[in-house]
Amino acid sequence: MSQGVFVIFDQNQGQVRHVVLEVLTMARQLELGSVTTLTFGANASQTLKVLGEYGADQAIFWDQEPFTRYSSDGFADAIAHVVPHVNPAVILFPASAWGKDLSPRVADLIGAGLATDCLSLRVSTDNRVTAVRPIYAGKALAEVAIETPVQMFSIRPNIHKAIPDPKTPTVLDLAPVVSPDSFQSVVTERKEAQTGVQELTEADIIVSGGRGMKAPENFKLLDELATVLGAAVGSSRPVADEGWVPHSYHIGQTGKVVSPTVYFAVGISGAIQHLAGISGSKYIVAINNDAEAPIFKVANYGIVGDLFQVLPLLTEEIRALKANN
Amino acid sequence: MKVLVMVKQVPDTATNIQIRSDGQGIIEDGIKWVINPYDEFAIEEALRIREKLGGEIVVIALGPKRVDEAIRQALAMGADRAVVVESSETLDLAQVAHALARVAQNEGFDLILTGKQAVDDDSAQIGPMVAARLSLPQVSIVIHLDIDVEHKRLRAERELEGATEIVELPYPAVLTAQRGLNEPRYPTLPNIMKAKKKEVKRVSFESLGIDTLPRIRLIQLTPPSERPEPTILTADPVETVKTLVELLHEQAKVI
Ligand SMILES: Cc1cc2nc3c(=O)[nH]c(=O)nc-3n(C[C@H](O)[C@H](O)[C@H](O)COP(=O)(O)OP(=O)(O)OC[C@H]3O[C@@H](n4cnc5c(N)ncnc54)[C@H](O)[C@@H]3O)c2cc1C
Ligand SMILES: Nc1ncnc2c1ncn2[C@@H]1O[C@H](COP(=O)(O)O)[C@@H](O)[C@H]1O
Repeated sequence: MSQGVFVIFDQNQGQVRHVVLEVLTMARQLELGSVTTLTFGANASQTLKVLGEYGADQAIFWDQEPFTRYSSDGFADAIAHVVPHVNPAVILFPASAWGKDLSPRVADLIGAGLATDCLSLRVSTDNRVTAVRPIYAGKALAEVAIETPVQMFSIRPNIHKAIPDPKTPTVLDLAPVVSPDSFQSVVTERKEAQTGVQELTEADIIVSGGRGMKAPENFKLLDELATVLGAAVGSSRPVADEGWVPHSYHIGQTGKVVSPTVYFAVGISGAIQHLAGISGSKYIVAINNDAEAPIFKVANYGIVGDLFQVLPLLTEEIRALKANN
Repeated sequence: MKVLVMVKQVPDTATNIQIRSDGQGIIEDGIKWVINPYDEFAIEEALRIREKLGGEIVVIALGPKRVDEAIRQALAMGADRAVVVESSETLDLAQVAHALARVAQNEGFDLILTGKQAVDDDSAQIGPMVAARLSLPQVSIVIHLDIDVEHKRLRAERELEGATEIVELPYPAVLTAQRGLNEPRYPTLPNIMKAKKKEVKRVSFESLGIDTLPRIRLIQLTPPSERPEPTILTADPVETVKTLVELLHEQAKVI
């Protein structure tokens, strides 16, 4: 009988993304047996410490060639070979760009069903897992079950809390099978975006600007607010289309779907496609000079006013608050 | 180059989604159906490849009768012909992927392009699943593509969190298109007229002999939770900013 949870993720120089800790916490909380992890590349074994902190029972590291460079087909083939040895009931991936690329490929190779970008998992009476995932960019939620013996899920970042539960994981020596015709597609170069830019899908606070910002140079007002808040900066689509900010800023149904604790929508009207991308935010704060703007219907707090007056005051007020605490 | 483009028809992104009373789907009355926005980038990329290297573009769509409209639009953008896999039932992702892979196999190709994800089910699975099914390499979330015809190799840039990466691979291959790859064109009137005469081949899902069983079961759809009543501040800016910061600090406790 297959049992336990198999968590598969990437790492970079021994560091993992926060979502990996969130996924490990979920894996443990399912209480379906032991939690086994698999990660790849140079320095993979340096993640052992953090895996122990978050309660992994067993860890597999493939840090040798050819696993030092990501290959969707190479990694997927090797994972498909190792799954029967680990024999898990559930496989979890982070729903990062990496996990979204690899998990459907693995799913099809092993003939397992996969639910992507899940918000939560729940064990039902028969020890099977059901998942809730947003569809139509969050305009509806779908509760789904996987019908295959191995049940696969990828987990959306920034939803589940990461809670430590220290253990001493056993390192498993399971050598990968590398088929000669795999590793066809290989990553040859990685280009980091500007340093210091926070990833929107993982940010706790986001300040986001729309056409109401009027001109690209005015985004410095948002940057200043973001700096005092330790926030990431995002935007509506037209502003990214105009080239005022990079495409990676674009939030919404056809951009990034975000779930921060606080989302500041500044000079953003609140079109349905934009709202779809921010509905997972715990608090929405709207700043807009049009009291009828639809953004106020979904906001927790709103200021009706001119953003060019409000933003500098807000930045100062928060700076003062932080200085006093 | 022979390029296949997988095109899904989805509700317009402006649609207010209403859930059926049985929780097993959405109310489709009055929905405006469009080509999945990411698939437009895939179609446009195929057109640019043909402009540069010559060849043929075949669009493939699986769905009920209404997908004809999406197909016509893809043909009006400039695709050469289309294959429609007719299925009135709602199929599982794996069944769709395997059907599309089968059609691709029957057609032959150098490249398969899909969207990054469909904005209805938001699965982002079909591209990699088709690639796995056909034992082909893949690159997803592509924002730039270079083709080296002489060596039959691709160099694709894909988007990650806070970074991009370059992926090199041989083709045939499967790529999934992301916003930023290109700017899709609008169909011109003459091309809309021409599209009416282009070949649309129809095959039934049943005729493809796909025996894949459903792997995902929908239990139910529910609406997202309602947002609480908003607190809207309208006094002078100094006042409202003070109050807002107080609320965020003391009531919400988030700053
Ligand atoms: C297929 C499709 C997909 C789309 N996907 C997305 C998506 O993913 N994300 C997205 O954002 N959009 C998307 N859109 C576009 C969307 O429909 C809206 O056009 C867009 O969100 C509007 O952007 P905005 O709020 O910045 O601009 P506007 O709607 O022009 O709003 C500007 C706001 O600024 C306010 N304002 C102006 N001056 C000031 C001032 N001095 N002080 C305070 N407030 C001020 C105005 O009152 C107004 O509410 C999509 C559209 C389509 C057709
Ligand atoms: N029924 C379909 N017919 C044709 N292409 C599809 C279909 N479903 C999905 N696709 C393609 O696969 C991509 C990803 O879809 P999904 O995996 O459903 O998010 C889409 O952008 C389309 O290019």
